[in-house]
Amino acid sequence: MLLEVRDLQVEFRTRDGIAKAVNGVSYAVDAGETLAVLGESGSGKSVTAQAVMGILDIPPGRITGGEILFQGRDLLKLKEDERRKVRGAEMAMIFQDALSSLNPVLSVGDQLGEMFVVHRGMSRKDARTKAVELMDHVRIPAARERVKDYPHQFSGGMRQRIMIAMALALEPALIIADEPTTALDVTVQAQVMDLLAELQREYHMGLILITHDLGVVADVADRIAVMYAGRIVESAPVHDIYKAPAHPYTRGLLDSIPRLDQKGQELYAIKGLPPNLMNIPPGCAFNPRCPMAQDVCRTDVPPLYEVSGERRSACHFWRECLHD
Amino acid sequence: MPEPTPEPEPRLPDAHVPGPARTPQEGAIADTGAGGTMDLATAEGESLEKTPGGPLGTGPAEKPRSLWSDAWRDLRRNPVFIVSGLIILFLVFISLWPGAITWMSPLKCDLAKAQEGSQPGHPFGFDGQGCDVYTRTVYGARTSVSVGVCATLGVALLGSVLGGLAGFFGGAGDSVLSRITDIFFAIPVVLGGLVLLSVVTSNTIWPVIGFMVLLGWPQISRIARGSVITAKQNDYVQAARALGASNSRILLRHIAPNAVAPVIVVATIALGTYISLEATLSYLGVGLKPPRVSWGIDISAASPYIRNAPHALLWPSGALAVTVLAFIMLGDAVRDALDPKLR
Amino acid sequence: MGRYVIRRLLQMIPVFIGATLLIFLMVNVMGDPIAGLCGDRQCDPATAAQLEKEFGLDKPVWQQYLTYMGNVFTGDFGTAFNGQPVTELMATAFPVTIRLTLVAIFFEIVIGITLGVVTGLRRGRPVDTSVLLLTLVVISVPTFVTGLLLQLLLGVEWGWIKPSVSTDATFGELIVPGLVLASVSLAYVTRLTRTSIAENKRSDYVRTAVAKGLPHRRVVTRHLLRNSLIPVVTFIGTDIGALMGGAIVTERIFNIHGVGYQLYQGILRQNTQTVVGFVTVLVLVFLVANLLVDLLYAVLDPRIRYA
Repeated sequence: MLLEVRDLQVEFRTRDGIAKAVNGVSYAVDAGETLAVLGESGSGKSVTAQAVMGILDIPPGRITGGEILFQGRDLLKLKEDERRKVRGAEMAMIFQDALSSLNPVLSVGDQLGEMFVVHRGMSRKDARTKAVELMDHVRIPAARERVKDYPHQFSGGMRQRIMIAMALALEPALIIADEPTTALDVTVQAQVMDLLAELQREYHMGLILITHDLGVVADVADRIAVMYAGRIVESAPVHDIYKAPAHPYTRGLLDSIPRLDQKGQELYAIKGLPPNLMNIPPGCAFNPRCPMAQDVCRTDVPPLYEVSGERRSACHFWRECLHD
Repeated sequence: MPEPTPEPEPRLPDAHVPGPARTPQEGAIADTGAGGTMDLATAEGESLEKTPGGPLGTGPAEKPRSLWSDAWRDLRRNPVFIVSGLIILFLVFISLWPGAITWMSPLKCDLAKAQEGSQPGHPFGFDGQGCDVYTRTVYGARTSVSVGVCATLGVALLGSVLGGLAGFFGGAGDSVLSRITDIFFAIPVVLGGLVLLSVVTSNTIWPVIGFMVLLGWPQISRIARGSVITAKQNDYVQAARALGASNSRILLRHIAPNAVAPVIVVATIALGTYISLEATLSYLGVGLKPPRVSWGIDISAASPYIRNAPHALLWPSGALAVTVLAFIMLGDAVRDALDPKLR
Repeated sequence: MGRYVIRRLLQMIPVFIGATLLIFLMVNVMGDPIAGLCGDRQCDPATAAQLEKEFGLDKPVWQQYLTYMGNVFTGDFGTAFNGQPVTELMATAFPVTIRLTLVAIFFEIVIGITLGVVTGLRRGRPVDTSVLLLTLVVISVPTFVTGLLLQLLLGVEWGWIKPSVSTDATFGELIVPGLVLASVSLAYVTRLTRTSIAENKRSDYVRTAVAKGLPHRRVVTRHLLRNSLIPVVTFIGTDIGALMGGAIVTERIFNIHGVGYQLYQGILRQNTQTVVGFVTVLVLVFLVANLLVDLLYAVLDPRIRYA
């Protein structure tokens, strides 16, 4: 396995109390594989990714338990300086909003080249050449001229390509993409997603794709992990989930996608609100919103039941859900 | 200082684009002429003003009420607010009834006791003229508070009316007003005070107040203009306009409640700075003149005896500093409470 | 960029005219311009009339203003109360005040920015809270009180400095007065830097820089500081003009014979020409500083340069 997260727990200390953002998340990604992590905002999907990258704000964040095994090493046991050398070089991250994620006062060439200067000790001139190559590679037109431009001078799609180029610069083994296309126009979204998928195949990288867009997932992901209130509630190969979800929350997500063949019907929405992380309901965190909830759901936290070989569901009634 | 406590997932919602502190288009001139303290006030106001759509983002007319009640709930728990509020209440009390905690006239002096230190019945000692420093310090509050309050009221009224109208109607009037504020910002305040007040012979506080209003209104006007322009762009204001609401109704009912927060914050802090300015002008000999009792006059009078009777300088200075500090901290606390970014 | 500069320059012309006219009116209308010309005595009516004619005071104010400005642009600022040309006074006064301002700016940059960066990076820690409280106190205590207290402590009680500055006004003598002059702005620079750093520290691009695996030092200096200091640098630039105009109090306390001293004398003796002349130059300095800051802004922030 390239990356294995085991029983990760993260909490944030705030003025009003302790927010448990991640409560025992485990997932794994292999080289060349794409794992999609799905969930509403506040489900802990981004916090998990930040913990893996080691860019969590500490404090107020705190990792209270678990392991993050990357190429066999536990990242949480590394010294900060060793950890830093992993970031960018061996695993890289693509953020949602490229405009605010790129430094407004440095040229894109400087920001791309910086990777080579810092990690590879290249001269600024060589780094500049590398930057142009990278921009070419992610198909930015007239890369040689545009390398001196500043982020605000690019279009949204081009900026996201620069983010991708920056992540790919040192050919890392793992890429984490945090909602890479959410901020883009629909037409550009597909182009950027295709580019990312293509480059992933080319470099045989592991990819963790964090999203709440089920449409994107079906195209590119191999496996899906659905998160709710800081836990994984279902994980499965992508086709299984679309065929028949084994958790009522996943079912709710799927049902809320508008479909052409149901035109005219009222759109489905999961009732209620995501739980307050300071005060997660006892038992199954989803129980107040669950149409199938029974008494046991309000008292016992469901373990991850093994549904089939690669499939897990954290629902006491996964069988009923699957056959419903 | 209460610090913002980060949210559970601090990164996710705030895609924070750092904006320039001052957009050059705002005016040809930065309003620094008034000195650092004014900049503090202005900056505090502007940080509120930048929040899109007035204090709470977007929202119909009931939003401001919940903003103010939220702010009030926050303030009641904020020790900075409580302490500064109590100091200010005390100041107001002794300016209304200085006799309540003193037992002499501030003008009754005994040269024989000049520069003497603390003694029973005279806790702060005597100044260079043999006047009781304690009594004079207490009575000095009245002058300072009345100058501060009157000047702030004048500045706030004039500034927010002019700035608000300019921001709302735009056009030629707005450009003219912007250029006029530029002109006033180009004149250093203390300098303007020296020039204007040096020829005034009146012995009341009104010339000083008049001068402060004359040179102070552009600051509030710029803030009010900015926040009215921001509030004007709100969707619900556009909606009210589309529904055919009159200009005066839009301005009073929809814009004013949302635009008033930055003005209040800047005005509170400005009140402190006006008190300090009055003392500075009195120190330079052009503000208030004896026999008026003012901290500035007393500090100025005590400075030649600084070596032998430092207490005559320290007590009014301390009172002045505490007063100014109280108003600045109050403004600071109110700003924190009104700033939704910090929630 | 060229057009930007020209537009700024054009905008400054009405401000310059307005500000100088305002001062001119204040001095002329409110005061009696010839009162100071006969020394300490009252002028006799004949002399007064002659003086009025000589200075063109019998003409309408706007005409006087035009004549005066015409003279100013040929380098004639008129004569001071002691018969010296105002330009001579300026030649002795301005170098002193410029030195004082330089010392003040130096303190703002070195102390203000350092404290701001330290507190901004350690928000909420004891260092931060105490520095923040200290800046509030410094801002609250009026400059003249700070000045008198420092003079009392350092000059009189401990004897570290001479309580008043000699006519040479060397840099060494101006250290404490410069600190006093800078105090309020310094506290403000600290707060501004702190806010700016703390805000940018949470920004997405700093997170990107960390995710790129850059060393902490490089994240701070190259990514965080570069962005955070833009507003600070521009504030310090505009403060130059304000400091020179605000030096009156400091110069009075430490008896420094600079611009503030001459202005104060001019006002006391009701010498129109001295006052208007010095104020005109100060306004000019203020406007030029503002213009330079705007250009500096464009240099530092590409988003403005290419807008």
